[in-house]
Amino acid sequence: MARLSPANVGIAEEIISRYPRPKSALIPLLHLAQEQDGYIADDAMEHLAELVGITPAEVLGTCSFYEMFKREPVGQYLVNVCTNISCLLVGGEELLHHLEQRLGIHAGSTTPDGVFTLEDVECIAACTEAPCLQVNYRYHHQVTPEAADALLDDLRAGRRATEIPKHGVLARVRQQIPAEQRAGNAVPGQSEEPVWLRTAAAGNGDGGQGS
Amino acid sequence: MISDAPKVVSSRWDREDAHTLQGYLDSGGYQGLRTALQRTPQQVHDEVKAASLLGRGGAGFPAGTKWGFCPPGVWPRYVVVNGDESEPGTYKDRILMERDPHQLIEGVLIACYAIGAAQAFLYVRGEMALAQERIAQALNDAYAAGYLGRDILGSGFSVDIVLHWGAGAYIVGEETALIESLEGNRGMPRLKPPFFPAAKGLYLQPTVVNNVETLANLPWILTNGGAAFAEMGAESSRGTRLFAVSGHVQRPGVYEVEFGTTTFRDLIEAPVYGGGLRPGRTLKAFIPGGASAPWFYEEHLDLPLEAGAVGAAGSMLGSGAVVVMDDSTDAVKACWRVVRFFARESCGKCTPCREGTTWLEQILRRIIDGHGRPEDIGLLLDVSDNISPGINWPPRQTTICPLGPSAVSPIASAIVRFKDEFEAYCGGSAELPVEIKGKAYIPKPSATSEVAGV
Ligand SMILES: Cc1cc2nc3c(=O)[nH]c(=O)nc-3n(C[C@H](O)[C@H](O)[C@H](O)COP(=O)(O)O)c2cc1C
Ligand code: SF4
Ligand code: FES
Repeated sequence: MARLSPANVGIAEEIISRYPRPKSALIPLLHLAQEQDGYIADDAMEHLAELVGITPAEVLGTCSFYEMFKREPVGQYLVNVCTNISCLLVGGEELLHHLEQRLGIHAGSTTPDGVFTLEDVECIAACTEAPCLQVNYRYHHQVTPEAADALLDDLRAGRRATEIPKHGVLARVRQQIPAEQRAGNAVPGQSEEPVWLRTAAAGNGDGGQGS
Repeated sequence: MISDAPKVVSSRWDREDAHTLQGYLDSGGYQGLRTALQRTPQQVHDEVKAASLLGRGGAGFPAGTKWGFCPPGVWPRYVVVNGDESEPGTYKDRILMERDPHQLIEGVLIACYAIGAAQAFLYVRGEMALAQERIAQALNDAYAAGYLGRDILGSGFSVDIVLHWGAGAYIVGEETALIESLEGNRGMPRLKPPFFPAAKGLYLQPTVVNNVETLANLPWILTNGGAAFAEMGAESSRGTRLFAVSGHVQRPGVYEVEFGTTTFRDLIEAPVYGGGLRPGRTLKAFIPGGASAPWFYEEHLDLPLEAGAVGAAGSMLGSGAVVVMDDSTDAVKACWRVVRFFARESCGKCTPCREGTTWLEQILRRIIDGHGRPEDIGLLLDVSDNISPGINWPPRQTTICPLGPSAVSPIASAIVRFKDEFEAYCGGSAELPVEIKGKAYIPKPSATSEVAGV
């Protein structure tokens, strides 16, 4: 585990090709590595460095800035409980404490069986649905302690496996740009005024340049 | 007043299939793009200017004016969509992306056509898996149907929209940090000037960064006209806007309301909006525009939802997040929680922000844990005064971006208004060492006697 599989290298190359500069693909590629392994291994970062044409240290520099990238394995299910202001007001902290007790761990750690990692997170943009949590970045709104218990039971028993994929998998639909329909990258130093601006200016004689 | 203004961006929210191409087309989708393509880019730009559409990401800058800042003759230009929504209390861009992704795509296309952008990047917050999935599907369907890519609808207009997603960092919502992140770097803001995105943005090329909700307005504006949009609203705030009403109300929700004619009282109390406080409760404070905004109180309830009026009263509409706190709220704790957010999310580039927010959080934590000293209250203000001298609104900026100074507003709001609660925690009365200038930082009116928290 760790370097990208040949299938994932194919996906990685496709992603890189969408950007005017390869390094722009780095965050999506780190997600791809995390999707493959559940976390970001050192070997994966070295591989990404090769693919993008930068040093492994530069990959680490970016990777270590972002909270979602885990450099050590986490639980199969990452449970993120929001305790920010809107959630705090209606029981977010109580929900977090309930889950800490129920799982027997503190926020920021993983259950000994490796099934759950619990985190105390900042606002996840579900403030009117407070208190709320995410499991592997899938939302659960207005969560009561009873609902949270039922959710944990379901997850442990594998009853939510189709709805909530393993940690690391985000969107299950990938963007595909068919080659024949592609407008192409706008590369600095290689681009001129777009054709539709030129024709508009010529056709109307108003010198419109879209600015 | 509850206006009967049409729904501009939320019209499809009760359609089950609004996120599909068919559902979108069945409800008038891609008409705005067709209209735009029959006009010149300049005419489209003028229509958006006529609408007086203000940016919905927080700063409220007019979109049409911003587009005009791209220096002429410099190519390529880019459009970057800010879908990083993470300001505490803010919930609207995620709904727009999940429930009506084509409306956003159509808006991005209209912007690209007007500006002459040959490529667009749609940056979705990393934690929003469903939004990413819905947008990926919508983009794939739009390509297949000829709405995207090369020679769109046979018009000669060509642009790719690339779906990009983040990985967990609030600061990446700041536009120059977003661009750094899109270049594959740590999401740390750039200094403005010189790095105003319109002049030197992505790859140092002219780049228009707009918020999701801002762009989602464009299909309606093109279909119905900028003038029709500008007829709604009041003063400088035109059209409608999404507000997320959360906290201690009976009907928390995301509501599209007409700017300027609706008041905070309507939004919080009307049965079709917030539905009022829980029975037996009174209002303690509310945050009018996201965690960075100074708090408002009872006396501000009748202010209209209008940028100018709210600004003149010393706060901002910001990201459209109204967080309501009733009399059961512990003001010190609420203040601590908001400040902890800034401390956690500081990118660490500027000393006043990195050190200041960290110390503020630790002092507040000490107070809540029962180890506060009376002089800690003054200390909090002293540190705040170092982060943003003068404790004013808008805050003076000593840092590269506004994040650091934003942490001062909850502190000044809570201490000035609820000094008694801080003193109760700290076991003694406090002298405030610095003068506090912001207009919304106002003490409790002495006439209103306190209703004891139950
Ligand atoms: C600390 C900070 C965080 C921000 N977060 C966001 C955000 O999550 N979403 C957003 O659209 N704008 C955010 N902004 C504002 C952006 O910098 C930028 O002004 C906005 O995306 C421009 O779009 P608009 O003109 O359409 O509003 C943030 C600004 C700052 C200083
Ligand atoms: S103010 Fe804070 S978040 Fe903004 S650039 Fe400076 S350190 Fe980073
Ligand atoms: S405060 Fe919890 S989701 Fe926004």
